[in-house]
Amino acid sequence: MENINLIIPEITLFLGICLALMVGVFFKNSFSIVMKLSIIILLGVIYLILTNWGGEQKIFLDSFKNDKFSDYFKILILVSSIFIFISADQFIKDKKLNKFEYPIIIMFSILGMFFMLSANDLILFYLGLELQSLALYVLASIDRDNIISSEAGIKYFVLSALSSGLLLYGCSLLYGFTGSTNFDEIGVSLITQNTGAIFAMVFILVGLAFKVSAVPFHMWTPDVYQGAPTSITNFFAVVPKAVGLAIIIRFMDLPFKNIIGEWQTIIIFISIASMILGSVAAIGQKNIKRLLAYSSISHMGYALAGVATGTVSGYTSTIIYITIYIIMNMGTFACLYLMKTDGKYSEKIEDLSGLSKERPMLAFSFLILFFSLAGIPPLGGFFAKFFVFMSVIESEMYALAIIGLLTTVISAFYYLKVIKIIYFDDNKVKFDDVRNLSIKATIFLSCLFLSLYFISPSIIGSLLNELFI
Amino acid sequence: MIEIGLGHYLTLGAIIFFLGVIGIFLNRKNVIVILMSVELILLSVNINLISFSIFSGDLLGQIFTMLILTVAAAEAAIGLAIIVIFYRNKGSIRVEDIHEMKG
Repeated sequence: MENINLIIPEITLFLGICLALMVGVFFKNSFSIVMKLSIIILLGVIYLILTNWGGEQKIFLDSFKNDKFSDYFKILILVSSIFIFISADQFIKDKKLNKFEYPIIIMFSILGMFFMLSANDLILFYLGLELQSLALYVLASIDRDNIISSEAGIKYFVLSALSSGLLLYGCSLLYGFTGSTNFDEIGVSLITQNTGAIFAMVFILVGLAFKVSAVPFHMWTPDVYQGAPTSITNFFAVVPKAVGLAIIIRFMDLPFKNIIGEWQTIIIFISIASMILGSVAAIGQKNIKRLLAYSSISHMGYALAGVATGTVSGYTSTIIYITIYIIMNMGTFACLYLMKTDGKYSEKIEDLSGLSKERPMLAFSFLILFFSLAGIPPLGGFFAKFFVFMSVIESEMYALAIIGLLTTVISAFYYLKVIKIIYFDDNKVKFDDVRNLSIKATIFLSCLFLSLYFISPSIIGSLLNELFI
Repeated sequence: MIEIGLGHYLTLGAIIFFLGVIGIFLNRKNVIVILMSVELILLSVNINLISFSIFSGDLLGQIFTMLILTVAAAEAAIGLAIIVIFYRNKGSIRVEDIHEMKG
């Protein structure tokens, strides 16, 4: 008898989604109740994962694997999804997106991510990936009477479907040349002399690089960030990126373990290209969501630099990086929910001018968050970059570290430009006084974490040390 | 007479795959053609998997193919739905008309 307890969180989440769908269908104007129900379901799943927190176990013919690595990422995406739900509530109602399908589709994509994270088999991995992507296509175009949102949906659909196709072609070649779909068996039989399988590895890497929006597969990011409603952009910026990086680490650590020499060069190239493009292309942006899109591209470059080392300490530094990246982005997007003038949400950077005179607290939060994104010392973002570059230097990849540090300086320019607009320009636009406790609590918690992180910088690292054992 | 082996099937798969990729990038007219190209890519993967499965005597590839067929249908349905909402807003599905956002 296989141990069904290991898959209980997924089963609970799925049954919870079905229940939420039933509630949504049978009650009129059921958005608020479905939203509350979804938050309760997500909290319940967190509880179930924490009670089963433990060693590595495999079920269903070794195709489904539960270990601390996948559990950590599951809790990360659940907690950030709950914060996105509660902080975006006001925004969703103002934008008239309050249909009960909204939280349900998000939960379906989370279910897909769960299966991706736990997959130990190409088939299960691909099905999880598609469940996640199909839900994300719908989310990008959820504001369906808005031409920009539907255009974002169409662009995301075309490029994402193409990348899934590339990834799947890679999976088929990998199956053919190693004779198995199981990650462990692939890892054993995949050696440097197997040219066909190395060809497959390139295709899979291209598909995964698209999911984390690394250069040269980043084309969709600015358009989708700008076109989708801000609450969806918040989700796109945080959750699928974290899962994409986790999957890259999983693939590099398990099936591609023996061909490190082959994939290392590709990851280094992708990482350097993302860092450079992300910091240069963001300079001329006028829309804050586009700016954050390019910022996320460069952040993915730094996170991939940790993966490029191919060592456990490098993977750990990447996981620390993505955790702090999530916290910074949660705070920044919560600030965007407060940029409201006469009932309309503003996205232009110039509308922030002179914010410090009118709303000193919001301006100060922007200051902390943007300094942290730029990586300025006592804040959390600095330590994230510090750990990554330390592990890169330990692996003696000095060129990667030097380029990374240089692009950090370049990208500091556009973050500081926004700060300059907030603190030193004349006040033009008057923002509405949004009284919403959950938005302010999200900003407060994120700023508090980032500014107090220096007290114990090894806190996440010590938590993660046991993940790879 | 040539004996048709695994290599021939893989070449056919590769040709269909690259036709699909080229169809997405060179197409300047209609979004529906992009949707067809995506289907072409998925079908080339199916050819690969089935031929690998038959020549290695392992049934797993054919099971994978069944699942991919299902996913391809779902993907086409969602793609068409997104194209419909874009058409309602814009009144056109020409690829050149998808240019509201730039930069």
